[in-house]
Amino acid sequence: MPVKTVYETSIEHVSILDEHGKFDAKLGEGLIPDEDVVKLYEHMSVCRHYDEVAFKLQRSGRMGTYPQNMGQEAASLGAAYALQKDDWFVTCYRENAGLFWHGLPMEHVLLHWMGDERGNEIPEGCYCTPLAIPIGTQMLHAAGLAWAAKYNGENRIACTFFGDGATSEGDFHEAANFAANLDLPVVFVCQNNSWAISVPTKIQCSAPTVAQRGIAYGMPCVQVDGNDLFAMVKVIRDAAVRARDEKRPTFIEAVTYRLGDHTTADDARRYRDADEVEMWKKRDPLIRLRLFLDERKLWTTKKEEALQASAKEIVSAVVKRAEEIAEPTTNDIFDHTFAEIPPNLRVQRSTLRTHSLGQDPSPLRDTQAASAPTR
Amino acid sequence: MTRTIEFRDALREAMSEEMRRDQRVFLMGEEVAEYNGAYKVSRGMLDEFGPRRVIDTPISESGFAGLGIGAAMMGLRPIIEFMSWSFSLVAADPILNNAPKMLYMSGGQVGCPIVYRGNDGAGGQLGSTHSWCVEALYSNVPGVKIAIPHTPYDAKGLLKTAIRDEDPVFFLESERLLSVTGEVPEEEYTVPFGQAKIVRPGKDCTVVSFGRPVYFCLDAAEELAKEGIDCEVIDGRTIRPLDIDTIVASVKNTNYCVVVDQSWSFASPGSEIAAQVHQHCFDDLDNYVGRVHSDDVPAPYAQNLEQEMLPNARKITEAVRAVTYNA
Ligand SMILES: Cc1ncc(C[n+]2csc(CCOP(=O)(O)OP(=O)(O)O)c2C)c(N)n1
Ligand SMILES: [Mg+2]
Repeated sequence: MPVKTVYETSIEHVSILDEHGKFDAKLGEGLIPDEDVVKLYEHMSVCRHYDEVAFKLQRSGRMGTYPQNMGQEAASLGAAYALQKDDWFVTCYRENAGLFWHGLPMEHVLLHWMGDERGNEIPEGCYCTPLAIPIGTQMLHAAGLAWAAKYNGENRIACTFFGDGATSEGDFHEAANFAANLDLPVVFVCQNNSWAISVPTKIQCSAPTVAQRGIAYGMPCVQVDGNDLFAMVKVIRDAAVRARDEKRPTFIEAVTYRLGDHTTADDARRYRDADEVEMWKKRDPLIRLRLFLDERKLWTTKKEEALQASAKEIVSAVVKRAEEIAEPTTNDIFDHTFAEIPPNLRVQRSTLRTHSLGQDPSPLRDTQAASAPTR
Repeated sequence: MTRTIEFRDALREAMSEEMRRDQRVFLMGEEVAEYNGAYKVSRGMLDEFGPRRVIDTPISESGFAGLGIGAAMMGLRPIIEFMSWSFSLVAADPILNNAPKMLYMSGGQVGCPIVYRGNDGAGGQLGSTHSWCVEALYSNVPGVKIAIPHTPYDAKGLLKTAIRDEDPVFFLESERLLSVTGEVPEEEYTVPFGQAKIVRPGKDCTVVSFGRPVYFCLDAAEELAKEGIDCEVIDGRTIRPLDIDTIVASVKNTNYCVVVDQSWSFASPGSEIAAQVHQHCFDDLDNYVGRVHSDDVPAPYAQNLEQEMLPNARKITEAVRAVTYNA
């Protein structure tokens, strides 16, 4: 037989709680204890409110640009719930719900989009990374973090998030190749939300699924309903076990949808159908979680009212904290360019003039040299 | 006849006119077609030229930067748009290591007539990774031409020259200037490379700049005029080729020079011009050549700090005062 099939594969799609609230007990029972489902629903609701408030802050001129997360909360939240607190959570900008669950204080994200570098500072014990603005760069960092964990003999894994558009960057392909070839404990999660700004996913990827991109690199791949918290928890758990115990990467395509504009600088009505948006509004991860809670008698209208009230309180306290932080000073930029500030930067810091302006730096050098770094 | 149009429209007119003139010219980049460009520079071009010549790409800078090189080697005339020059850094190998060396490596056989263009410089609170001024980094490379206009007139004229040029051209626009308006003739014209322009004549101090900071120089010149210091402001218009003759002629007249360059000072157009002026005007200078650059730190995110870090009218005024104190 001159021609034979040397490789065949298929891609599975995992769904547990569908948009109508129908729950697959065989796959889903016992996956998340009821009291945790309640907590996750509450968290997701707070995040949704946060997103709406952030949008309004931008519109009223209190924030620069903001990328709404609305509709995509389940993907990162399911992952954060399924991971350990000391696993690396290496994200882009549509993972607020997961980041906050993983331990990033909520004001950090606001601070970042208000235009303050300090929003990127990561508190002690929180395993996430500064926001990657150049698309796709964080995936290789995740591979490196996982590699270092393995090198150090730690049991920690890295879970990285990126969009469908990001899979067109070379960085994605190189990260996937490294992770598979070096046996790295990485979980790749592509949030396929159908769009990269105004460009539909088919321009990024001609294959029927994004998931199958992982096959070429020799790693297990799965497609999951990204708006289904239960399915997300399941696939991430499976992938985390594979990463932790077998040091093998996994590629997950989480199918979701960006209900808002790309960012507040965009108007998505210009390029996508209202019908499409309406269809996806029905698939909102929050709605189906509420149906689940109702079905199990875990929720009441009264509880919902209380939740909405507390969401308002939580978020307005967060906004207050973010807005009350004093403006950064020039020290903030000069002190963190090198591990130790060199003499020429000391001069620039104290004069805000480049050395090339020609004033004599020597008297300034002494006054500044004595003072310890401020932060 | 002239009309007043926006900088972005001047860019679009240059591309559209050249595409009508020359079937080999095409435009490729992220969001350039259906969305009319992330900054609306290519508005209407898909409608006029169709998807064969106005092409939306995946988010693959290295991909389309390199693909453009192949197309240019086949004799086509690609215009490759980077949404921001900051994102060209992921395409460093094609744009720095391939395009500028193709002619050299083929012994003069295969050139690379390609235009890379997009926003350069701080767009306003976009953070350190999205606020690159690439002119210092890229002007170090032989084989590259770099144009950096500050008015709609120059934007159109220089871009047309760039598209017709036989060599790779990096065309640096500023997001902060796209809505600036200016007079542009209806008739066909081009602006040649390597010809600086005296945008404000003066007799006391030569102030040389490129791109957006030219406006800050003009502001500073107004301020200094009140103190009796009459600045001659020169817009270099292209960094490579550099019109050193116009600068030297001016400095021989004023005896003082300040260079304003928004990139970092170390190994930059500013340091190069200062060195050349020192060489050519050693006997004419009454002081060292002053320089104003961005401070030696990544671009800050916060508004108050970003403005302090970049060249601004205050820094330029101080620099001119500092070098002319002995006048
Ligand atoms: C290297 C690079 N190129 C281009 C951009 C501009 N840009 C910002 S977001 C975006 C779309 C990203 O789409 P996707 O990866 O699908 O993520 P989504 O926004 O849909 O969550 C683009 C092109 C960028 N930030 N970095
Ligand atoms: Mg997307």
